[in-house]
Amino acid sequence: MAWIGERDLGTKAVSAAMSATVTLRIDGQNLAVPEGTSIMRAAALAGTDIPKLCATDTLEAFGSCRLCLVEIDGRNGYPASCTTPVADGMVVRTQTDRLAKLRRGVMELYISDHPLDCLTCSANGDCELQDQAGAVGLRDVRYGYEGLNHLAADKDESNPYFTFDPAKCIVCSRCVRACDEIQGTFALTIEGSGFGSKVVASQNDSFLDSDCVSCGACVQACPTSALIEKSVIAQGTPDKAVITTCAYCGVGCTFRAEMRGEQLVRMVPWKDGKANRGHSCVKGRFAWGYANHRDRILKPMIRASVEEPWREVSWDEAIAYTAGEFRRIQAKYGKDSVGGITSSRCTNEETFLVQKLIRQGFGNNNVDTCARVCHSPTGYGLKTTFGTSAGTQDFDSVAHADVIMVIGANPTDGHPVFASRMKQRLREGAKLIVIDPRRTDIVRTPHIAATYHLPLRPGTNVAVLTAIAHVVVTEGLADEAFVRERCDWSEFEDWAAFVAQPQRSPEATEALTGVPAADLRAAARLFAIGGNGAIYYGLGVTEHSQGSSTVMAIANLAMATGNIGREGVGVNPLRGQNNVQGACDMGSFPHEYSGYRHVSDPATRAMFEQAWGVTLDAEPGLRIPNMLDAATDGTFKALFIQGEDILQSDPNTHHVAAGLAAMECVVVQDLFLNETANYAHVFLPGSTFLEKDGTFTNAERRIQRVRKVMEPLNGYGDWEIVQLVAKAIGLDWSYAHPSEIMDEIAALTPTFATVNYDALDRLGSLQWPATEAAPDGTPTMHVDQFVRGKGHFVVTDYIPTDEKTGPRFPLLLTTGRILSQYNVGAQTRRTDNIAWHPEDRLEIHPHDAENRGMRDGDWVSLRSRAGETTLRALITERVAPGVVYTTFHHPATQANVITTDYSDWATNCPEYKVTAVQVAISNGPSDWQQSYQAQAERSRRVLPEAAE
Amino acid sequence: MSTVDHLVYMANQIARELASQCPDRPVAATRDHLRQFWDPRMRQAIVAYLDGGGEHLSEIARGAVAMLHETAERAG
Repeated sequence: MAWIGERDLGTKAVSAAMSATVTLRIDGQNLAVPEGTSIMRAAALAGTDIPKLCATDTLEAFGSCRLCLVEIDGRNGYPASCTTPVADGMVVRTQTDRLAKLRRGVMELYISDHPLDCLTCSANGDCELQDQAGAVGLRDVRYGYEGLNHLAADKDESNPYFTFDPAKCIVCSRCVRACDEIQGTFALTIEGSGFGSKVVASQNDSFLDSDCVSCGACVQACPTSALIEKSVIAQGTPDKAVITTCAYCGVGCTFRAEMRGEQLVRMVPWKDGKANRGHSCVKGRFAWGYANHRDRILKPMIRASVEEPWREVSWDEAIAYTAGEFRRIQAKYGKDSVGGITSSRCTNEETFLVQKLIRQGFGNNNVDTCARVCHSPTGYGLKTTFGTSAGTQDFDSVAHADVIMVIGANPTDGHPVFASRMKQRLREGAKLIVIDPRRTDIVRTPHIAATYHLPLRPGTNVAVLTAIAHVVVTEGLADEAFVRERCDWSEFEDWAAFVAQPQRSPEATEALTGVPAADLRAAARLFAIGGNGAIYYGLGVTEHSQGSSTVMAIANLAMATGNIGREGVGVNPLRGQNNVQGACDMGSFPHEYSGYRHVSDPATRAMFEQAWGVTLDAEPGLRIPNMLDAATDGTFKALFIQGEDILQSDPNTHHVAAGLAAMECVVVQDLFLNETANYAHVFLPGSTFLEKDGTFTNAERRIQRVRKVMEPLNGYGDWEIVQLVAKAIGLDWSYAHPSEIMDEIAALTPTFATVNYDALDRLGSLQWPATEAAPDGTPTMHVDQFVRGKGHFVVTDYIPTDEKTGPRFPLLLTTGRILSQYNVGAQTRRTDNIAWHPEDRLEIHPHDAENRGMRDGDWVSLRSRAGETTLRALITERVAPGVVYTTFHHPATQANVITTDYSDWATNCPEYKVTAVQVAISNGPSDWQQSYQAQAERSRRVLPEAAE
Repeated sequence: MSTVDHLVYMANQIARELASQCPDRPVAATRDHLRQFWDPRMRQAIVAYLDGGGEHLSEIARGAVAMLHETAERAG
């Protein structure tokens, strides 16, 4: 469906920088456009819209509808303007009597097999077929409407978010091409020929049962209402749109929030969005219904004990109670007895305020963020080696990569919109190396096959990367010129001598890594000499006891092969949550201020002290796991948690629960009574991303605006709630708008120096560093030199995890996420995405299943040293023998009951990816699951009437 | 695992990594890491553990904690 208020130029743009200029004449108007531009686009740029149906500027020209015919001097016939490129001196006419007659003839054929129900059609007023019928002046249909037609074809309403009505399909193939070209799933096709042609999903399956991933690209491309959002059918077409940023993963897609009054009708990916380039996934596009879910809590609540039911109170009472409790506890137990957790789902401004509340208001550095449990090793590793805690590229860079190495990431599930970009490049011929214990979808997907999949044993990342480095060094494949110019040469020599040791070789490490030496050698050679080599990695790298070492091993490899500092290369962490990068940037770690400056640095501290008017603590604070340890020891008593659910997301649930239970005041600011709220004393209802202004920073370091499209149902944006708490504890805060918070961030953070809302509105987005030297931001980092000066090679010895398999726990569990669900599922479980993933399943190899007498779908117990849960088995060769896998989206499963306290040596990022387990057939939920369910229900009781 | 056991485990883990990353100064590197990333109560707890014998600390970790101890004493 066309996007309201956006112009469609018909065919894709051609880069002016890469092409010569061509001059031509269209309808008497002279114009100059880049060579390769279509006549249709050139005409549109000159202000003339040539009628079209199968053409749209997000897809390659197709030339099937025959509506865009034009006349060209000196050429026979009536070529399609979408598929005909401009030529120097060309003279084109787009509007003649003959063309009008031809177009009307084409339209007559379309309309003769189309329902004439425009007034009651859900796309009325927003239909390209309707528009084009008007544009060509169609007044009657000579063929009548009684002939053979498709008007009685059955609708497919299986997808929860959109319908397919074949009666309204004009078989323009835009949906099929969108699925192929943009999404890369190839789920749709045109079956049959001529009059019998029809769009089908997979092998003529329903959309829900097909390979369709529900990204919405087909719906967006459809020129009629054949494919249309159910929300539009229910609510009517939108009448205005606001550009905002998705609140799901770290890709940071920008969307047009299309509204009808204050009602959100649909989210349509913004084609000018620099992160997503007009594409989306099932979560951002469709899964926003949680904003109005009945579970959402809209009134503040308090209780003296977690054994009591909640009592709804006024905002004044809740804020006063919160402030009073924190002050009471600090007076009784000392200033370091309290702390807080910022949210990677909240805005930069909100995150900045939470850490400011803790540092300025509580007087300590006990602030941490959920990056602790995902990408804290990225911060440590990249800062150590390169000098800054962030990825090196923008997403566009992948279009210039020749060899793509994906390590411990599952982009088609975790970062699907970027995965589509990656797949586009792979279909163009780039090579793919996947290092992952599982055969993830990217390993083999339509028209893509990884050249090498190295299915390593979980926990052996460092050994594998060192073995790759061994090949690079010992076979003379290192980029010595780059290293000599850009890195510390003597450190390189030390590192090279280390990796060259025989015991680091692929052959020597094959037995422990499980990776065939020959494959590893071949992959190493390909990466080293295959052209631009780009590394993308995820939590399969970081969530290990050697997470930081693995990040540094990746950085070593990129430097050694000269793959840093230009387009098409680099080290690219794929961030989990929407604002993980931003939360880290904003000073959410207990040892750093915004911009990654240590709290012990006197000059930085002095800057903040002057701005905030207080003396700040020079000592690092507690990390989340250390807060929980301190709580069980009795020295940590109160925690302010904004937008995180540590009970479900953090490892070793029993330990988290014990820590929370030991505190005297736990404040949860969230949309829902999450699992952590079972242990909370104050619940402050949060606002959704639709209800507030702010910014998110995605995995590219791209700062993008979040814009308020409706009033917060709870009454306040999250930044306002933090400000109320700050005022109640005596801080003199008076922010009238989040833009003022960003101004403060910019004033205190050198890498954000030129960031402000005016610049973001003008430029659309900014990638930090944004400084006087680079006011419009920095797409590629470390171009001329590393931020730290010389690149720093670090020797990364492989040290096996202490989590060992043995007779009691013979299998290795690794955890991850799935496309349709997000993190702990708090949002996506409260949408129709539940249709695709209603429960966590345990993936187990057929051999391991057979040894245990298991059948697909059986209930099985999953047990580790830390705990036990039950879930149903999914038997698949996607996992190797000896490895099992599950997701952690459902609290009924609580996969983190199983995970252990082992964590990254440098950052305490939990070792989610390696847990020794045993699996056995079970009769149903474990005792723990049943008692937890009962406790959760008890804990969520709310007194029926608010106490007045 | 008790908190102090956890701290000992963490200190040994850090020392083990830094032994290969900083072979010329593993003890000082471990001390620096603890100074940079550990909250004072964690440092006090590990120092107290060393004072009690520090049985399960590795050689490098023991040296690093001893350096922390000296720094704390000098400071105050």
